[in-house]
Amino acid sequence: MIKMSVPWQASRVRRLWGLLRKELLQIVRDPSSIAIAFVMPIVLLLLFGYGVSLNARNVPVALVVEQPNGVTADFAGSFRHSEFLSMVQLPNMHTAKRALRAHQVDAVMHLRSEFARKMQAGRSAPIQVLLNGVDANTARIVRGYIEGSLNGWLQQRAARQGQRFAPPVVLASRIWFNPNVRSRNYLVPGLIAVIMTLIGAMLTALVVAREWERGTMEALMVTPVTIGEVLLGKLLPYFLLGMGGMIVSVVLALWLFDVPLRGSVWVLLVVSAMFMLAALGMGLLISVSTRSQFNAGQAAIVSTFLPAFLLSGFIFDIHSMVGPIRLLTYLIPARYFVSFLQTSFLAGDVWPVIFADVSALAIMAAILLGITLRRSRKRLD
Amino acid sequence: MWQRVFHLMLKEFLALLKDPASRAVLVLPPIIQTVIFGYAATLDLSHIRYGVYVEDRAAPARELLARFAGSPTFAQRVQLDSLEQGRALLDRGELLLLVHIGPRFSAQLLQHKPAPVQVLVDGRNSNTAVIAQGYVREIVDRFNARWIVEHSGWQSPQAHLVIRAWFNPNLESRWFIVPGIIGLLLQVVSMLVAGLSIARERESGTFDQLLVTPVRPFEILLGKALPGFLVGLAEGTLIVFIAVLWFKIPLVGQLTVLYAGMALFLFATIGVGLAISSLALTMQQGLLGAFLFMVPSVLLSGFATPIANMPVIVQYLTLLNPLRYFMEILRGVFLEDASLYLLVDQFWPLLVIGLANLAMAGWMFRHRLH
Repeated sequence: MIKMSVPWQASRVRRLWGLLRKELLQIVRDPSSIAIAFVMPIVLLLLFGYGVSLNARNVPVALVVEQPNGVTADFAGSFRHSEFLSMVQLPNMHTAKRALRAHQVDAVMHLRSEFARKMQAGRSAPIQVLLNGVDANTARIVRGYIEGSLNGWLQQRAARQGQRFAPPVVLASRIWFNPNVRSRNYLVPGLIAVIMTLIGAMLTALVVAREWERGTMEALMVTPVTIGEVLLGKLLPYFLLGMGGMIVSVVLALWLFDVPLRGSVWVLLVVSAMFMLAALGMGLLISVSTRSQFNAGQAAIVSTFLPAFLLSGFIFDIHSMVGPIRLLTYLIPARYFVSFLQTSFLAGDVWPVIFADVSALAIMAAILLGITLRRSRKRLD
Repeated sequence: MWQRVFHLMLKEFLALLKDPASRAVLVLPPIIQTVIFGYAATLDLSHIRYGVYVEDRAAPARELLARFAGSPTFAQRVQLDSLEQGRALLDRGELLLLVHIGPRFSAQLLQHKPAPVQVLVDGRNSNTAVIAQGYVREIVDRFNARWIVEHSGWQSPQAHLVIRAWFNPNLESRWFIVPGIIGLLLQVVSMLVAGLSIARERESGTFDQLLVTPVRPFEILLGKALPGFLVGLAEGTLIVFIAVLWFKIPLVGQLTVLYAGMALFLFATIGVGLAISSLALTMQQGLLGAFLFMVPSVLLSGFATPIANMPVIVQYLTLLNPLRYFMEILRGVFLEDASLYLLVDQFWPLLVIGLANLAMAGWMFRHRLH
C-alpha cells in the first residue's frame, strides 16, 4: 500500500510541475498578461497617488463688489491670502454669471452696495454666493472654503476692534488616523484591493476561458491529470503573480507615497493571501461558467472589477448606500479586503476587524473554489 | 461598396448576437450596472452611525443633541458610558464619529462663554470624514444662530453668506454621478465590441482571408465600426431612459446636442478600440489592451474626482482622453442646458481622436500580417 503510493505521489508532483511550467511559460511569453500584472499596478498607483485627489486647491472664485470702499477692500484682501481659493475681481454680476456659466470660475461672491453700511451699523450683512452645483461634492468643499475664509476675516476684524468674536458653541473636531486628510492615505491602500482583483479575477478568468474556448482544457482532461491538479496548476502561478503585484504596491505605497503601515506586515500578508484565493476563485468560476473569452471578459469586468471599484467602500461610503445595495456589498470579497486594508494601514491591528474580515474572506474563497471544482468536474463525464 | 459594407456588418452582428450568452452580456449588465452604481456611487452621506458621550444633563446640551437626532443623515446613535468605549467602537469601524459634550457645557453657555464640543471622526476614508465633519459643523452653526437670537449678550457675526447653487440646488451628488455612468458604460461596450472584433478574426485566422477578398481595408473598418456604433447608441438611449425615469435626473438640455455628443464619443472610442484591436494578435491581448486603456481613462475623466485637482502634467494627459470630453458634454446637457456653442470645445477633440485612431487602425490592417 505504502510502496504503491510513493511513486504515485512522485508522479503527481511531476505532473503538477509540468502544468506549472506550462502556465509560467504562457505568462512569460504573452506580453499582455505581464502588462496587466506589472504595468497596470504601477500605472494605477501613480495615477491614484499623484493624479487623483479630492482635495481642491486654488479654486477659481469671482468677486463682484458694487461699491468699493475700505471694508470691501479689506474683505477682498483677506480672501486673496487663502491657499484654497484664487480670486478674480469682476466688474459686474453679468460678467460674473457668464464666467460661472462657462466654468471659468466655480463660485461668485457678490457684495451689494449696502454691504459696508450694514456692517458698520452692526447688523449682519449678507454676502450672496452663487455656486456651480453640477459637481455637488466640489461645490460643498468650495462652500466650506468660503465659510472658513469669511470666519477668518470676521475674527481678524473683531480682534482689530478689540473685541472677541466667538460663537456660542465652538466645534473642536479631530480626524483620527489621517489628521491631515491626505486622500492618498486611503486611496493607495484601497487600490491594492483593485489591483489584486485585476490580477486574480480578471486575468485568470480570461486566460482559463481561452483554454476552454480553444478546447485545450478538454485535451488536458483526457490525460492522467486530475481536475484538482489542473486547477491547482492554474491557481498557483496567478496566486504568485497576484501576491507579487501586492508586494510591489505595498512597497510603492510605503516608500513613494509615504502611506503609514500601522498594522503588522505578517497580518497584511496572510489576509492578502486569503483575498487572493477568493479573487482566484471568482476568476476560475467565471471562466468555467462562460467558457468564452468575450463573455468572460465582460463578466469579469462587471462582476469583479467594477464592484471592487464602486461597491467595496474604496471610494464610496458603504453605510450611505440604500439597503439592498448595502446587502449586495456583503457578497463582494473586495469589501472585506478594503475594510481590512484601510484599518491595517491607517489604524493598526484592530483584531475584531481583522477577524471578521478574514473569516468572511476564507468562507468566500472556500465556496468559490468549491463551486469551481464541482462545475469543472461535471464537464468531464 | 455599401453593399459589401452592409454584408460585413450583418456578419458582425451575427457573430455578436448568435450566442445567447453574449447577447445577455450586451444587454443585462448595462441595466444592472446603471441601477446599482446609480445608487452606490454617491459621495453624500446618510445613515451616519455616531456615538455620544454626554457629561452634562442640562437643557442646552439636550437641545444640541436633539438637533443631531432631528437630522436625517445622523441615523444611528449609540449612548456611550466613557470615551474609551467610544474610541474602541471607532477603531472597530462601528461608529463614524463621536460627539463629546463636557460637564461644564451648559454652564459655560449660560455664562456667555464659548462652550466647546469635541468631535472625533474616523479618518480611514478621509473624504467621508471631511464630509461628516461638514455635516456636524452645519448642525452646530444652526444651533449657534438660534442661540444668538434667543439669548441676549451674544454678538451675531457681522456678515453671513446667502448661498445658492446653480444647476443642482440641493447639491445632490447623484445628479453629477449618474450622467457620468452613461459615459462609463458606453465606453466599456463600444470598446469591447469594436476592440474584440478584429482580434477574434485574427485569432481564428479568418482575418487573412478577409484581406484577400475584394473588400477594401476602409470597408472592413467601416463594417467593424458600425455594429459597435449602433449597439452603443441603443445602449446609450436605454441608460438615458433609466437616468431620467428611474433616478429622476433632470435632463434640461437638448436631445440633439446629447446625441451629437454621444455619436462623436462612440466614434472616438470605437476608433481607439479598433486601433488596439489592430495591434493585438490574440483576443486576450485585445481584451487586456482595451482594459489597459479603459482604467486610466476612467480615472482621468473627471468621473469621480475633478480634473482641476490633478497635477498640471496629468491635466495635460487628460486632453488625450475621449471620456473627459464626453463627461463635460453629458453633465452640460443634463444639468446646465449647455448649447452646442458652449460645448464646441468638447466636440472637436473627439472628432480628432476618432480620425487619428481610425487612420492608424487602417494603416495597421495592411501592415500587420503575421
